Amino acid sequence: MDKHMSLDEVIAGLQAKYPEQLEVVEDSLQPAVRVKSDILLKVMQELKEEYGLDFLADLTAVDLGDEGFRAINHVMSWKPYRMLRVEVDVPKNRPRVPSLTDLWAAANVQEREAFDMFGIIYEGHPKLTRILLSDNFEGYPLRKDFKITSRRK
Amino acid sequence: MSLADDKFLRTEELTLNMGPQHPSTHGVYRAILTLDGEYIKGMENVIGYLHRGMEKLAEARTYPQFIPYPDRLDYAAGMLNELGYVQAVEKLMGIEVPERAEYIRIIMAELQRMASHMVMLGSYALDLGGYTPWMYFFRDREKILDLFEMASGARMTPCYMRIGGVAEDLPPEFLPQLRKFMDSMPASFEEYDNIVTGNEIFIARTKGVGVLPVEKLLSYGVTGPNLRAAGVDYDLRKVAPYGIYDRFEFDVPVYENGDCFDRFVIRIAEMKQSLRILEQAIKDLPEGPIKAKVPRVIKPPKGEVYHQIEGSKGVLGYYVVSDETNKPYRLHIHGPSFINLGALPDMCMDLTLQDVIATIASIDFILGEVDR
Amino acid sequence: MENLFVNISGALRGWFTGMGLPPMAVEAIMALVFLVAILAFVLLNVVYLVYLERKLSAYMQQRLGPNRVGPRGLFQTLLDVLKLFGKEDIIPNAADRWVFRLAAILVMVPAIMAFAVVPFGQGMIAVDLNIGIFYFVAVSSTATIAFLMAGWGSNNKWALLGGMRTVAQMVSYELPMVLSLLGVVMLAGSLRISDIMAAQKTVWFVVLQPVAFLIYLVASTAELNRQPFDLPEGEQELTAGPFTEYSGMRYALFFLAEYTNMIAVSAIAATLFLGGPQGPWLPSWLWFVIKVYVMIGIYMWFRWTFPRIRMDHLLAFNWKFLVPLSLANVLVTGIGLEIYKWFQTIRW
Repeated sequence: MDKHMSLDEVIAGLQAKYPEQLEVVEDSLQPAVRVKSDILLKVMQELKEEYGLDFLADLTAVDLGDEGFRAINHVMSWKPYRMLRVEVDVPKNRPRVPSLTDLWAAANVQEREAFDMFGIIYEGHPKLTRILLSDNFEGYPLRKDFKITSRRK
Repeated sequence: MSLADDKFLRTEELTLNMGPQHPSTHGVYRAILTLDGEYIKGMENVIGYLHRGMEKLAEARTYPQFIPYPDRLDYAAGMLNELGYVQAVEKLMGIEVPERAEYIRIIMAELQRMASHMVMLGSYALDLGGYTPWMYFFRDREKILDLFEMASGARMTPCYMRIGGVAEDLPPEFLPQLRKFMDSMPASFEEYDNIVTGNEIFIARTKGVGVLPVEKLLSYGVTGPNLRAAGVDYDLRKVAPYGIYDRFEFDVPVYENGDCFDRFVIRIAEMKQSLRILEQAIKDLPEGPIKAKVPRVIKPPKGEVYHQIEGSKGVLGYYVVSDETNKPYRLHIHGPSFINLGALPDMCMDLTLQDVIATIASIDFILGEVDR
Repeated sequence: MENLFVNISGALRGWFTGMGLPPMAVEAIMALVFLVAILAFVLLNVVYLVYLERKLSAYMQQRLGPNRVGPRGLFQTLLDVLKLFGKEDIIPNAADRWVFRLAAILVMVPAIMAFAVVPFGQGMIAVDLNIGIFYFVAVSSTATIAFLMAGWGSNNKWALLGGMRTVAQMVSYELPMVLSLLGVVMLAGSLRISDIMAAQKTVWFVVLQPVAFLIYLVASTAELNRQPFDLPEGEQELTAGPFTEYSGMRYALFFLAEYTNMIAVSAIAATLFLGGPQGPWLPSWLWFVIKVYVMIGIYMWFRWTFPRIRMDHLLAFNWKFLVPLSLANVLVTGIGLEIYKWFQTIRW
């Protein structure tokens, strides 16, 4: 497959393959697709190996409040320059997403950080422990329901 | 029978805590080393000592209020961090920045890149035991900091960028002083080469040390000079020009070996390119306003944006989510130091303790950005 | 002026004899007098050397250096020493207390002892041993033990690594240093310091033995644990090597020992290669001080110019380059001597 096709073609190709589990995010400033978590690994692998978007630019998450979390992955290539956001909705009661560590070593630290901040469990991660906060820290600070309490009482 | 199998000669691996208080970890970073003699058999990063919850803080600040915070990320490259943040917000709101402000931003960004590289080169030399080169680099960095002080009032944490432009116009003394600095640099480059790059001991200690194959570097997401030293010409200023970088003529230095030596010289080469950009920016600097008309209360429309710039240490990304209030709903900072540090244990495997010091210095990470 | 110190010592000796003391006692008292004189010389110089090093490095780095305490910052080191005196002497709980404490004192002993054979001027050697050079080499090599004791006794992994490095480095560099001195000894035909000095009346040995001088310069820098061979201390790697756990006066003793050793090594270099305490116009002891300071200047120049070498490079450089080179130097010197003798026989 052509590794230099434009992003529109990439998205069209993905959409044709996964009509059910993948939707294109409308009215977004940057191109984005939203996938179901069971095909995330497959989509990412195809993006990396077939479409040539082989660089993991960023991996993080957002707390959407009652709707749950959203895992955000940015993949890119620079010849030509393309960047695609791949979103996965993660339910709040069972925050589990497949880990991308098998595809990119860069995912290792970033998934640990997202776990640290949101408590999202990346399945298949070799060592999912806290990275920035101390091991005995309680709670996940970037969740919207995390209460900031003053250290000085 | 090897020595280790001898039942009378028992060898034991030594677990050594390097840091959080250690002269060469550039801050409060800790590495758990497993040593066999002086050779590294295992290495684990322990970070987070400087974690200030920057991303959580952002959610409680308005958009302009957050501008001083990126200064404290990578405190050796405040201007660049601010630039990334304000450009992300501008992208989200669709603000056009006036010409003069764009040029001033380029001048500041390139000066900051040079200053950041000087910190790296100086402390690199110092970590290898060269005290004098350290002073040479910091002497020249001081001139840049003076320029920053002139323009913004602060040396390390300028808080100079604004959403839609810059805070103040350049003072009249700025350009002559900048000219003087730029004229002094060629002589300084020669000095750097004489005291560090050409030194036999320095070459012996850095050539072929801390190499990772390119595929691994890409997999680890390493960017910036560290990646370019290994032969990948990925520089966002060329690949996806942000601001007005597409108007300037400059080369992207690329080296081949990706060892500690190349990571050193590539930064000197980049500084020379920065000078070229500065030269053109001064020549073309237009008159005009320095700030776009932006609403008094900044409320970006609902949406999200991921904006990347080429920082001094690699690609610096800001992921901003807006919910139409005056505070970011979520702000994620993709710090290059954090990512580059992830590749460090792999790089250091089977090296000696002294090579680890060299490799740590050559990766050039700033703990403020690692821990955020 | 020339015989100022010799006369003082002669007067003292006469005074003690005049008090009716037996010759043995006079000798013992005189030995004490020499010791005090050496200590005074060393301590005064060390205080000045620390200042000099800081000033010199400052000028090399385009800084000013200490300039607040006293005229041009001259009293800075004095106050630093006072500060170190006032500091608490911390002995870690896990340390081997005896070894830890003893090491700081032991490190000074060989450094001071080496001065027994140093000629401070014409006829100003405390003890003119007939095996002077051998004594110097033997005594200074025992300093290794003190460093190992400090590294081991601290019970600190960094200190231990530093201690191990010290032993590896000092023991290996002992060899080329001794072999380089051998060339001089062959030329002079004696191990006695005063004989070697006399042999340099016409031409300094640095001219006849340039290779030996360079080898000595490199090997002695390594013996001193100074840049670029300061691996045992290795500030950026091992924080302070064997001295990591030391504080206060004990730490100062290590510092003192380093500078004392530097004076001793420079003094030997001045004696063996630069003609010792002789020269025109000025008194011999002043010449000696000038030559020693020239040598010290070279060591300081090294320190503030070079980055640190790597351990395996260090040892490889020693065993694969310096030792063979110094052996070759001995061989060439021997052949040269034989040819010289042969020439002399056919002339007559």
